Amino acid sequence: MQTPYAVSFRNGQSLAVGEIPVIPIERFRDSVIAAVGGGGRIASFFAVPADGAGVRLYAVLADDGQGTLSVLSCDVQDRYPSLTPDCPQAHLFEREIAEQWGVVPEGHPWLKPVRFHAPFDGRRDVWGRTREQILPSVMKYFQVEGHEVHEVAVGPVHAGIIEPGHFRFQCHGEIVLHLEISLGYQHRGIEEAILRGPEKRLLPFMQTVAGDTSIGHTTAYCQLRESLAGGCVPPKAQAIRGIALELERLANHTGDLGALAGDIGYLPTSSFCGRIRGDFLNMSALLCGNRFGRGLAVPGGVCFDLTPKTAETLAERLTAAKKDVSTAVNLLWNTPSVLARFEDTGVVQSSICRELGMVGVPARACGIAMDCRADFPTGIYQTSPIAVSVWEKGDVFGRAYVRWLEIQKSIDFILGLLASFPEGPIRTEMKPPATNLFCVSLVEGWRGEICHAAITAADGSFRRYKIVDPSFHNWMGLAMALREQQISDFPLCNKSFNLSYCGHDL
Amino acid sequence: MIRACLARLQQKHRTISYPKTAPALPEPYCGRPAINPGLCSAECRECLEVCPTGAVSKEGNALTIDLGRCLFCRQCEQVCPTKAVRFSREYRLAAGSKSDLLVSGDEMKLAQALDKKTKELFGRSLKLRQVSAGGCNACEADTNVLNTVVFDLGRFGIQFAASPRHADGLLVTGPVTENMRLALQKTYEAVADPRIVIAAGACAVSGGPFIGLSPVHHGVDSVIPVDLYIPGCPPHPVTILDGLLRLLGSI
Repeated sequence: MQTPYAVSFRNGQSLAVGEIPVIPIERFRDSVIAAVGGGGRIASFFAVPADGAGVRLYAVLADDGQGTLSVLSCDVQDRYPSLTPDCPQAHLFEREIAEQWGVVPEGHPWLKPVRFHAPFDGRRDVWGRTREQILPSVMKYFQVEGHEVHEVAVGPVHAGIIEPGHFRFQCHGEIVLHLEISLGYQHRGIEEAILRGPEKRLLPFMQTVAGDTSIGHTTAYCQLRESLAGGCVPPKAQAIRGIALELERLANHTGDLGALAGDIGYLPTSSFCGRIRGDFLNMSALLCGNRFGRGLAVPGGVCFDLTPKTAETLAERLTAAKKDVSTAVNLLWNTPSVLARFEDTGVVQSSICRELGMVGVPARACGIAMDCRADFPTGIYQTSPIAVSVWEKGDVFGRAYVRWLEIQKSIDFILGLLASFPEGPIRTEMKPPATNLFCVSLVEGWRGEICHAAITAADGSFRRYKIVDPSFHNWMGLAMALREQQISDFPLCNKSFNLSYCGHDL
Repeated sequence: MIRACLARLQQKHRTISYPKTAPALPEPYCGRPAINPGLCSAECRECLEVCPTGAVSKEGNALTIDLGRCLFCRQCEQVCPTKAVRFSREYRLAAGSKSDLLVSGDEMKLAQALDKKTKELFGRSLKLRQVSAGGCNACEADTNVLNTVVFDLGRFGIQFAASPRHADGLLVTGPVTENMRLALQKTYEAVADPRIVIAAGACAVSGGPFIGLSPVHHGVDSVIPVDLYIPGCPPHPVTILDGLLRLLGSI
């Protein structure tokens, strides 16, 4: 579908900033709402500072069916009519824009801070707080009132070895009426730091946006950087990046299935998968020395070659891991007590999923066949396609089963690649980024769509760098999954999403 | 049930024999750097310029790498024209003080065991509470992995507790974001004295990739006192385990 006033482009394609239409806010608003109503999705929505208190808003819309992206922009001053009442997908983006740039989306139904930091560039605080008053999770919460209604607050420090976040449950007895999630504890200021440089810090930042998605975020950055410089990447490097991305998926999906089993007290799979996850991480280390794939991908290619000997070792280990993970995971589907806990728990309807613009495993688990590797293929996925895995029901079982389907496909994908591996160089020289360009890069990380968008200035430096981790789209989905559930099912539901805190907090 | 038993047989015994035998590390594994001062020329500054975190410093031709800041990206090794910097496969990195993390030759100053009284208290049973204070989830993941059958942390008497009230100390990851500062302090205060604090990963030791950014502090000891520093981005699980065992005097 062609969005009026928008310019269409492909994943990883650079446009001259001047080509992007700047339209009045009313038209911008109508266009975005119409595009999303017609099945489109907001992949990114961010502001770039303009003179005075004003900003230029950019909306990047994804048409999953057509595999095209489009972008449109508008200039606003310190306030504009909020899109959220007519387009819930915009809700968190508008809160983020308000927090970063002091621009009020008027009529936003729940305008609250997202990460609890001071506004960028010394701009005004939308909530009128002084710097000292900006404290994590200090805001108004949704509250339910009534006989026997009570509130449970959890975090930021949790019981397990996980990242910090604050969760407030409004409960009636054991039943959760509403869950509100307040994050920002992991905010390190990456987006601002990217603009300040120095350039040698960029790769470490990308590797640590979300450490469990080092390959995903680094690949998104490399693709974008390569497009801005007009460079190309050798096929062998693309293949190695593809293997690394799938190994990252394998490690995390396997770990998640083990953790889901652990949360319901089914210890065999929990124990086996905990170990097999490490085997996949060790395969990433076989490629580059680092279990999280750090140091592998760089703009222009990869730093470590895949020798025939390493390829052979990798194929052997992968074949062994396939057998182990199959036995471990199939226990889940053959154990009635596991299925009884997974099925019909934490259901997210596909209509809610679409309204919120959810991505990745939780979206595919309720029948939405979206996957950047198939819809917006780049790199090795252009020549070696990978099928999309979906399930219908949107419950914990669905999210677990989609992971299992993807594990099998990823192993076969890597084994297939290793059988016919491209030859040639693994890295090319990268020129500096060209000036005044706009580029968006999408990568299907193991959690879902990773979106990096950048605008270069007149000297080729980044004028704006916007990162959207899949978790940013999906945290609200977890809140919806908890409605009408027992509060004791929170760990299980939470694990079935396994969202990133630092990827959200940046 | 029979399926679970058959699966158990197929999955085999997987616990590594470390510390009795050396751990198996992948060929491209990057461990402790060593510097050959004789090869370093006084005017060359290439490694300093390329280091993303300012881990490399130089006075005259005396080169120093701060393991607490090092991300083990090997760029200093790659640009060095005289091969004065070489990364080894040495995985033992944990130290008891920050000055012991400064490498200027090929010597190692590894962590020492706790004093006698503290060791008597914790040597056979140590409960830790983990706090992520801005960690990217890589250090957290490779700490969590110690609980798997591969490392079987419990056999050393070490366990992660769900509450600081049940813990003898903290293992902290991340540079300590301003938004986690108070939570970390409160968690520390909730642990009964005597208590120990372990900073795991480059972020927790020095701020790591986030050194100098305004929303973060520069490591755990800018907020609470630290007894053990474990470098790495992230540290390999066996590096973390080695540090814990050294602290308890088990190796």
